[in-house]
Amino acid sequence: MIELSNVSKTYGSGESAVHALKDVNLRVPKGTIHGVIGLSGAGKSTLIRCVNLLERPTQGSVTVDGQEMTRLSGSALNQARHRIGMIFQHFNLLTTRNVYDNVALPLELMGEKRSVIKERVLPLLEMVGLADKAQQYPAQLSGGQKQRVAIARALASKPNVLLCDEATSALDPQTTGSILELLRDINQQLGITILLITHEMEVVKSICYRVSLISNGALVEDAEVGDFFTAPVTQLGREFLNDFLQLTPPKELLERLEAAPGPATHPVVRLTFSGDAVSTPLISRLARDCNVDVSILQAKVESIQDRTLGLMIAELLGSEAQTREAMDYLQSHQLQVEVLGHVQRTS
Amino acid sequence: MSSALVNLILQATLDTLYMVAISGVISTLVGLPLGVLLYATRPRQILAQPVLNQVLSIITNVGRSIPFIILMVAIIPFTRMLVGTSIGINAASVPLTIAAIPFVARLIEGALNEVSPGLVESAQSMGATPWQIICKVLVPEARGGIITGLTITLVTLVSYSAMAGAVGGGGLGDLGIRYGYNRFNPTIMLITVVILVVMVQVFQSVGDYLVRKSDRK
Repeated sequence: MIELSNVSKTYGSGESAVHALKDVNLRVPKGTIHGVIGLSGAGKSTLIRCVNLLERPTQGSVTVDGQEMTRLSGSALNQARHRIGMIFQHFNLLTTRNVYDNVALPLELMGEKRSVIKERVLPLLEMVGLADKAQQYPAQLSGGQKQRVAIARALASKPNVLLCDEATSALDPQTTGSILELLRDINQQLGITILLITHEMEVVKSICYRVSLISNGALVEDAEVGDFFTAPVTQLGREFLNDFLQLTPPKELLERLEAAPGPATHPVVRLTFSGDAVSTPLISRLARDCNVDVSILQAKVESIQDRTLGLMIAELLGSEAQTREAMDYLQSHQLQVEVLGHVQRTS
Repeated sequence: MSSALVNLILQATLDTLYMVAISGVISTLVGLPLGVLLYATRPRQILAQPVLNQVLSIITNVGRSIPFIILMVAIIPFTRMLVGTSIGINAASVPLTIAAIPFVARLIEGALNEVSPGLVESAQSMGATPWQIICKVLVPEARGGIITGLTITLVTLVSYSAMAGAVGGGGLGDLGIRYGYNRFNPTIMLITVVILVVMVQVFQSVGDYLVRKSDRK
């Protein structure tokens, strides 16, 4: 449905050139929700704006709904944009138009008749739960309500694709939840393909099927959401995940942590387990079979879509040979073991 | 006060209003599109035309930097060509209009500048043409600022029109100079000033009211 092939975007030229996007390839199949996550300045905004050509790629091609956007300009481009809805972080509603007229705007731009507009706008307001606010002005609405109006507006021209530019970043967690629910309903009931950019793992976790990680203008990871949350491939992916799970070792431990093992140290490990491993009593087996005691410093279990993900930071107490054996044992049971460092034996 | 004098004051007031109205309307009709052009042809704007933008900007700056009293005298041949005379209220309206056009244009440009670029971007994402963006987004969203700008213009025109008295333009300024100043009649001077103050007050109040009414923020 959406296809970016070798898309690059460069601002300026020569020495001062800024490469906002570097050779980006992305395929979003029809009817799915795809998330692009990255830190600010990574190129997310440029990426999503290249889809409807608010930013024209310097190189590469963008195809939406079988139409090569990058070949279009002028009125053909405007026509194609009618088929692509977009919502924004700051809603971008016209302050001088009431809710009804805001939703009517794209239809007015298409030259639709008043009667057609009315038939289209009212059910949309119904759908986003704001039928009673039709005559109010954006200033009278809460952030969540404004985004609902923006969603209704984006759907007015019956698009096949919806682009979400940090659509929930300006909202509180509860409102974020209800907006994400609305987006999922839209995806499921209307079959609209959604491409969203965000810096919040929560958004990806809640509604995305697939996720791409963007860093310095390049897509560095592309995975099913379940895979990304259980086994991110890149360092950045792991950082996002750890931030999201808030599973970083306690400060007091970090201070004692040494990079290299010493004569009298214990390894501190981060264990990530998913699937069957979550329900297996591995820790007690570790004690029994490898003769290693496990001191759990932090632990957490998250369910991501249909998967369960467990995370733990633990100190392995035993001789070097024993702890190595224990780590091998864990790895053989599909756990990811990451050695964070080593601490001196306290006893 | 003699009835002749009252008539004189009444006539001068009407003359001032006439000059302000004529130059206000025409300068708005020309200045509004010029202001929109100044804004829309900027680099990376919806009608980006950097060269045209530079040219318009320079013309506007030149127009704004010429002192009104000099402009008035300098364009006398043009005024004569246009209205057939260089004295009287019709003649005074010509330099007033010429001076007000770049003034209006810059104020309109400033008002448009206050519109969030996000609104333009979202209109573009809906497939709006530049013309639609101007008519349905930029100008309506900037209307508070536009009304403020036009109010400032009218008030400025009132004081400029008083200067027109210096070249036999008529109006309250002319009356104040000829009767109040040259003939040492403090009463007439005071009355003309009071009328001018009231006029400015009324324009400002009406403008403020319209801005408030249009504001939905």
